[in-house]
Parts: sequence; structure tokens; C-alpha cells
Amino acid sequence: MEITDKMVAKTATKLSAEDIQKGKVLSVKWTPNLKYAWDNGPALGRYLAELKNGRIIAKKCNKCHRILIPPRMFCELCWVPTGEWVYVKDTGIVNTWVISYVDWKAGRLDIKGGVRPFTPAVIEIDGATKGMGILHLLNEVDPWKIYRGMRVKAVWKPPEERIGAITDIKYFKPVE
Amino acid sequence: MRRVAIVGAGLTKFYRNAQETPKELAYEAARMALDSCEMKLSDIDCVVMGTAPDAFDGVHMKGEYLADGAGAYRKPYMRHFVGGGTGVLSPIHGWFHVASGMFDTCLVVAEEKMSSAYPHPAGAFLTIFDHTTEQPLYPTLIWIFAIEMNRFMTTWGYKKEDIALVAVKNKRNALDHPSAQLGAEITVQDVLNSEIMAWPVNRLDISPTSDGAAAIVLAAEHVARRVTEKPIWIDGVGWCLDTAYWCTRDLYYPDYVEVAARMAYKMAGIKEPSKEIHVAEPYDPFTYKELHHIEGLLLAPRGKSVEMLKDGYFNRDGNLPTCPSGGALGVGNPISATGLMKIIEIFLQLRGEAGKRQVPGKPTCGLAQAWGDLMQVGTVVVMRS
Repeated sequence: MEITDKMVAKTATKLSAEDIQKGKVLSVKWTPNLKYAWDNGPALGRYLAELKNGRIIAKKCNKCHRILIPPRMFCELCWVPTGEWVYVKDTGIVNTWVISYVDWKAGRLDIKGGVRPFTPAVIEIDGATKGMGILHLLNEVDPWKIYRGMRVKAVWKPPEERIGAITDIKYFKPVE
Repeated sequence: MRRVAIVGAGLTKFYRNAQETPKELAYEAARMALDSCEMKLSDIDCVVMGTAPDAFDGVHMKGEYLADGAGAYRKPYMRHFVGGGTGVLSPIHGWFHVASGMFDTCLVVAEEKMSSAYPHPAGAFLTIFDHTTEQPLYPTLIWIFAIEMNRFMTTWGYKKEDIALVAVKNKRNALDHPSAQLGAEITVQDVLNSEIMAWPVNRLDISPTSDGAAAIVLAAEHVARRVTEKPIWIDGVGWCLDTAYWCTRDLYYPDYVEVAARMAYKMAGIKEPSKEIHVAEPYDPFTYKELHHIEGLLLAPRGKSVEMLKDGYFNRDGNLPTCPSGGALGVGNPISATGLMKIIEIFLQLRGEAGKRQVPGKPTCGLAQAWGDLMQVGTVVVMRS
């Protein structure tokens, strides 16, 4: 038997936003309120504790000799336990970046109203193995003047405001 | 291992919002797949289901919920999920069941209903990121694609206006696809002028959110030869997962896609993929992804895909047509169903039954690929007539 595009049935039935808003078709709504408390584990636990101290810590794999950030208890490449803790710097370079006009829910930022776009980036941290980056935000820079390889430094919250979270670093900003 | 063929296929239309429930969508696609090869559910030995995050539907036993629609009542049934890579893992999962000798036939169904997550399914993706190091920064999926696209562009000097040609090509191809949600005749300028989402990603660089389902029927050789004169053989399968520490990989190149492709090529006996593959459906949820994957699949030299795109190499009448269906950008992107839609497109192309979308030159070997999770999974299937 010949199989052609005829196999596409009349289904599915297309709905417009209006169909739902005006109640032409009925739907059931539910807003979940799920709450979690995630344990950080020993590696990220120490990482967060050091962020509270205003320092960035990594962990070394004694097999591949990579200095791993964020620190981890085992090396995912060598699959062996990692070795010593190593302090790294709070400076680095921009590996790649984005100029985002949307928030996490795909909601639009009021760019025309003067809201600054988010500028998340992968930042290669000085002292960690080349190419090892973390996700963080850039600020105090014209979004359109960010470039690959730009040198940046962490801007920390004041010590009394730090809680042991990745957000204890407010963002990274360019340095000479 | 036994040879396994695809003998039937079914596909619903893709819409931003379909009235049907996920179960009903799965039923329609599965029903059509059986009808297409004049088989009955009683001819089916087992069922596999591909469907992406439970968070889209808000149903935390989605495999079980969908089982009735997929025709799995009192049959051996398994659900699999590797994010956007799911739809091309689906035929691989079904292939195991038949190639192993365990079953003679397998119904493979992929379904996604993204419109249930309200107001936009993007919010459901926040929890794919590491809860300690990334989630507190409120990342969105678009960020990480834009991050990857930018690395790809700055590594090779690719320009946005050149990458935009992928959207022009795929949306045009989709005009000929009866399931398509977003077939259109657009220009590069339309892409560049469309809303900035997360530079370098504009609105028309992104595939839509969609509802839809797809299904295929797999059969062992002795059954396949009875069912159809034109079985399409699954000759190579490959899949691979990279580390979830995505910030420590160089995002300019998808190594995991290459590993998956090499696995599939080796199994299919393919030595020179760029010559031996006649038609391909690389995963294109974003414009740059099609090119990124073409390079990872070894269908173009690294850093050369844009030049080839500009020369028309990947057009439907080019040397190596890619996404002749219209792809995720044109047909739509109901995650797992998209991957299986791509498999179905290669199935139709190799049978010479793709209608207006038929690529010239009587292709005999094709490939479909999908990708997903935290930019870390590659799934590849090589098919021959």
C-alpha cells in the first residue's frame, strides 16, 4: 500500500487563545505549589561556605590533573574520587554570553522602558583548568560591548548579606 | 541481531494548542500508523512510548497515563525520555525489542502536549538546571541555546544573517507538509527584524511550542516482507550522553553527536557519511542547531556548514537535502514527536512517497538525529530502502 501524506488525519483540532479565554472550550486549571529543600552535598556545601567567605574554591582530580569548578567529589571523566581543595581566583574571562530580553518564564523585559537586558555568560575562572567555566551574570558593562575573552571580576555582596549561595556573587564586571 | 524495518507511520497535525488530550493525540498517531500498513493492534507484540518532561503535562506518571492511547493495554510497554533527543531514541528503543529477537513487531509512539504548561512551558524548564549552582540565577532554556549559538558563531566567524537562512529554508519546506504549524515564505531580513529573545537568538530563530504525536510500526524481516513491498531498514543506531557540567565543555562543537553518529555509521557500514547519506533530518529547534548538528554528524567539515548552506547545498534540490520536511522550525516542535516526525520524513523520502517534499535522485540512505537534555544527548538513526 502506498503511504502518503494522506495519513495525516484531520486531527488534531486547532484551538486559538480566544477559544480558551472565552470559554468556548472548557479546561481545568491548577497552580502547583511544590516546595523542595535540596541538599547540596559535601562538594557544593564547601563551595557555598567559601562563597560566604568571599572566596571561590575548586577541587583537583589527581588522575587527569584538572582543577574542577564547581568542585565535585568525583571526577566525571576519570570516575575516581577527587583530591585536594584548591582556592581559585574571583577573576576570569568571558567564554560566551547572551543578551537576554526574556526572563525564565519567557516573560518579556521592558527593554524600551529602560530595563537592562540580562547578560548571562559562561566565565572561565582563573586558576581552574582552562575551559572550566561557571554560569553567572555580567553587569556594569554595555551589553553590546561584551566580547569573547573579556576579562572580568566578581562583584560580591557585603559580608553581612552573604548567605552561602551562588548569588553571594552579585555579578561579574569587566576589569582592565 | 535481527534486521528491523519500519513498515508503517502516522502523524497528527501540529498546533500551538490542540483540543485533544495527550492520550487522544497518541491514539490518533498510533491508529494511523497501524492503518498505514493495514495491521491490527493484535498484530503488535509490544509498545514503546517517547515523551518528554512530565512537567509539560503536569502528569507525573505520563508513560502510564499515555499507555491506553498508545495501544499498550496488557502489552509489554516501556517509556523512555532523553529531553529533546527523545523522538529519535524512540525508534532505537523499539529496535532493541525486535532486533533482540524478543518480539516480532513493536509500535513506537511519541507524544507531546506543551500547551498544558501555562502560560508558557518555558517556565517548566527551570528545574533542569543544577539546583545549587545555576537555578538561583533563574536561567531559561533560551539562554543556554543563545550561549551555545554565540560560542559557535565566535569560533567560526559565522554571521547571524547567514544562519538565518536555515529558518528561511525550513519554513519554506514546511509549506509542503500537511502537519506543519509554521510553514511560511520569509526572508533573512524577517528573521533579523523579528523580536530579540536572547541575542543572538531572535524569535524566528526558534521553533514553536507545539502539541502533536507521531507513531511508527517496526517489524522483524520475515514480518516486514509480508506487510510491505517497501520496508525501510534501520541499519544503524547510535546514542550518547555527555556530562551535565555543560559550562566545562567547549560548546562550539557537539562531540556527543559525533560519538552517536560514529556508532550508527559503524553499524551501518558507512565510511564516508557526507557521500553515502543522501537525505538528512538533523534536529533544528534553533536555526544554528541544524548547522551545529550537520558538523557533528560529519556531513560537513567543521566551520564550513554556513558556506555550504549559502551555496544551496542543503536545499531540497541540493547535494544533501537537510530537513526537507520543514523541520522543527517549520513543521513544529512537540519535542518527542518532532524526532519521530523526522524519522517518518526519511521513511517517506526513501520510499519515494514524500509528495511535494520528495527530494530528487531516488535517495536510498537517510539519517535522522535529535538532541537534548542540558545540550548533552545525541541520538542518531541511519535508514536504508
